[in-house]
Amino acid sequence: MISQTFTILNPTGFHVRPTKTFVQTASTFPCKITLINKGKRVNGKSSLGMLTLGIKANEEVTLEIDGEQAVQALDALGKLLTGIHE
Amino acid sequence: MTQSLKGIGASPGIAVARTFFLATERFVPARAAVADEKQEVARFREAVAVSRNEVEAIRVAAEERFGADKAEIFEGHLMLLEDPDLIDAIEEKITDEAINAEFALHEVAQSFIELLQSMEDELLRGRAVDIEDISSRMMSHLRGVPHMDLANLTEECVIVARDLTPSDTAQLNLAVVRGFITEVGSRTSHSAIMARSLEIPAIVGVGAAIYDVPENTLLAMDANEGLILINPTTEELEAYQAKKQQDDQRRIELAKLKDQLTLSKDGKQVELAANIGKLEDIQRAIDNGAEGIGLFRTEFLYMGRSSLPTEEEQFTSYKYALEKMSPKPVVIRTLDIGGDKELPYMDLPKESNPFLGQRALRLCLDRQDLFRTQLRALLRASRYGNLKIMFPMIAVLEELLEAKRLLEEEKQKLIAEGVQLADHIEVGMMIEVPAAAVSADLFAPEVDFFSIGTNDLIQYTMAADRMNETVAYLYQPWHPSLLRLIRLVIQAAEKEGKWVGMCGEMAGDATAIPLLLGLGLHEFSMSAGSILPSRELIGQLNQAQWSDYADQALRMHSTQEITQFVEQLRNGVSS
Repeated sequence: MISQTFTILNPTGFHVRPTKTFVQTASTFPCKITLINKGKRVNGKSSLGMLTLGIKANEEVTLEIDGEQAVQALDALGKLLTGIHE
Repeated sequence: MTQSLKGIGASPGIAVARTFFLATERFVPARAAVADEKQEVARFREAVAVSRNEVEAIRVAAEERFGADKAEIFEGHLMLLEDPDLIDAIEEKITDEAINAEFALHEVAQSFIELLQSMEDELLRGRAVDIEDISSRMMSHLRGVPHMDLANLTEECVIVARDLTPSDTAQLNLAVVRGFITEVGSRTSHSAIMARSLEIPAIVGVGAAIYDVPENTLLAMDANEGLILINPTTEELEAYQAKKQQDDQRRIELAKLKDQLTLSKDGKQVELAANIGKLEDIQRAIDNGAEGIGLFRTEFLYMGRSSLPTEEEQFTSYKYALEKMSPKPVVIRTLDIGGDKELPYMDLPKESNPFLGQRALRLCLDRQDLFRTQLRALLRASRYGNLKIMFPMIAVLEELLEAKRLLEEEKQKLIAEGVQLADHIEVGMMIEVPAAAVSADLFAPEVDFFSIGTNDLIQYTMAADRMNETVAYLYQPWHPSLLRLIRLVIQAAEKEGKWVGMCGEMAGDATAIPLLLGLGLHEFSMSAGSILPSRELIGQLNQAQWSDYADQALRMHSTQEITQFVEQLRNGVSS
């Protein structure tokens, strides 16, 4: 299992559009993807789960990945977490 | 007798119409055992598929009507209709417990609705309505009951409802819907945001009192004030109609100014810009007709986290802002920390007098690692728009020269690394220390512009802490001492052909604007909401005349004398 912590830069936090991109990307990987914020853990392949985290701009989130292609998933999803989405 | 209600004005405007009560009694299904779970799951999947087609149609229509960013919410709904935590969970429940799809849907959806409603964040609480929206749609398909469609309204009305779902709001028939009133909600709920983009008045969060509003009853609402009158008297009605006419007229007049230049009555052009402290403020600035960003505070990048932002993180934010405003200018102020703004992770020593301590550029010149990182990020972002870099809290020339030297060093390093930069980047400084204001002529040859930060300049000039109530009377923006300093700065800049802006609260103040225009200020940077009214005001002022008035004001003895003088002249102008 690998994990890394990222800071969210997107001005409006992690709202519908970035969540959508994130979930779509996460769903292309076979590994188990968990997102942790303020002690809460959710399924990174569920937009509803991510919504209940309520990630705001400048908050730190930890990505925890377990299984096949974990390194590739961490790289791809880490970029999405720190990017700015229009 | 007229009954009145109070709520939160979520979208401005005034409306008078009869009420249409949107019934939203929620269907609560009974739990029932099913013999064939597979068939029940198939029935549920069919309801999901039909719902998805409908939402897709709403999304396409909403995109045409409101644009892509407002339609985004329906993309979210489509995703919810595929979400494993929701859809898979319902299917599992049907299979595991051998129960009817309606009950499984109700149970799972309700658990998420309750979870979201219990959240602290107002925005997230608002998201519960998304789940309600799609689950009630799925429920009506399971039950074979048609989903209520607000597009079918044919009578002029004000809608009264517990809340409007995003799909309700997106389908409102604007030919007849004059406004809406809801029991729950806030300024940030979807229905409020949609109402603002549809430009129809909305009052939300009125509370359970809305259930006492009778159906098909005349109602007058003033969403500017969040006020609702039920069964108004003839006089009240006339007053509202008159107010509505005035309000509509004023909004039309102001909206016309959005894409226009800012010109005084005698044709002198100035620039109206916005102050921003977060990236999301940029859209508001654009919507309010800003001709640029006059002050981009970078502190938000540093605050609320556990370590310094990296060069890459800063670059991403600056690039975003520059691209979004391009080709309009963005004045980015380097880090202004210290004073009342602390960064716990930097572990800065406690100072007994932080406003007179190692603040802003003083800290940056000492902590060069931190400063150079910011400068590199700014320089790298420069080619994505019209960047102007501004240094805060300069008192003496050596500070400016040192900051410029560090900037030049980083520039040369980046060029050597093969990084492409903008051909020309203007460099300026804030005027907030009186020492810099009175010797502005020494700085003018070394900068491209000055920006006067009045909040600090006033408190340093008066030696009065604005937060200390016992000396609050000294916080006098219109005092002759301030006006004289401002004039000194503008004269010094003009001698060198440089421009002067102002980015304190005073720049958006209707009493200050005529004097500042008269003194020859070139750029006024204010909160976004003040821009259009200020543009209108400047259009009514004669710059040459106000130049004379400003000269007279500078010779007056007190703030009171000056403000009275300005008020009298302004009233004379508008009458």
